[in-house]
Amino acid sequence: MSALVECVGLTKCYTNGVPAVAGLNLKIEKGHIVGLLGPNGSGKTTLIKMINGLLKPTEGAVLVNGSEPGVETKKRVSYLPERTYLEAQRTVADMLAFFEDFYEDFKPERAKEMLASLGIEPKARMKTLSKGTKEKVQLILVMSRDADLFILDEPIAGVDPAARDYIIRTIISNYNPEASVIICTHLISDIENILDDVVFIKQGQIVLQMPVDDIREKHGKTVDAYFREVFAC
Amino acid sequence: MAWELNNDRPIYSQIVEKIQIQIVSGYYPSGSKLPSVRELAAEAGVNPNTMQKAFMELERSGLITTMRTSGRIVTEDESMIREVKETIAKMEIEQFFKKMREIGFSQEETLDLAKNVYKEEK
Repeated sequence: MSALVECVGLTKCYTNGVPAVAGLNLKIEKGHIVGLLGPNGSGKTTLIKMINGLLKPTEGAVLVNGSEPGVETKKRVSYLPERTYLEAQRTVADMLAFFEDFYEDFKPERAKEMLASLGIEPKARMKTLSKGTKEKVQLILVMSRDADLFILDEPIAGVDPAARDYIIRTIISNYNPEASVIICTHLISDIENILDDVVFIKQGQIVLQMPVDDIREKHGKTVDAYFREVFAC
Repeated sequence: MAWELNNDRPIYSQIVEKIQIQIVSGYYPSGSKLPSVRELAAEAGVNPNTMQKAFMELERSGLITTMRTSGRIVTEDESMIREVKETIAKMEIEQFFKKMREIGFSQEETLDLAKNVYKEEK
């Protein structure tokens, strides 16, 4: 039985010598929505970049669907980075065409439908959109693929609460039951109802991986409250 | 709009209670078909696996049944629905009396007060 994502002794050191990710072990199964939660600088983004093959591990290994990150895994992983990479001069419709050309599993109809529900004009140039709207466009593009794994780095941070509800509903109703979603965020209370499991990361290591309802049962607290306790400053 | 689920108890048990109330109040009448796990999960703003778990719990209690071809329906056993309805009502009333005791009202005082408030509201 192979997990969708498996990290074994995963380590990444940047040039300053302090490991950002330090001997991390993690397994994520199919069909789960997982919240990757940790304070600033705990290694969340470094971990995500290694899963996406954007950074090479210093030591240890990460496997996606049983293989090392590369061309094949990228076909099956849909990634929302924390910063947008969409060309400012292009229009929203151009971006859709770009994604359709680039990813075999991209569903333009789905994207158009979501753009329409959020009232985003496809003819608008990216640079004329507000920060929040740009984030919505990016998220719509990423969620319109039929991927096995969605990795969302801060998907809702810059988005207004009403659109947040819509996006969360989109995540629930779009992904297929075999796919998994990793959501990395500080806005825990907004997303905790849609998570199966939470993973707490601290100083580059996993300190806890547990179903949300187990945390509530065992500790009598919401994940948000429990996070504040574990990571109290 | 997502369901109001923000206290610290497990999400699935809060969903079980919500659906129980929807059934006993007649929002989902006896014998009627329930929406799919996915539809209801999207409506509630919760994970489909959590909704599935809630449905399993409701099935175990007998309040809903899975039909092989047509999804899930609310039980046709109306006496059972009534029973659940009374259990929920009793729990609410006990909670209420407990609170009133904390504030410092005896049972009789609470009952009198309740009657008066009811009259005024009318």
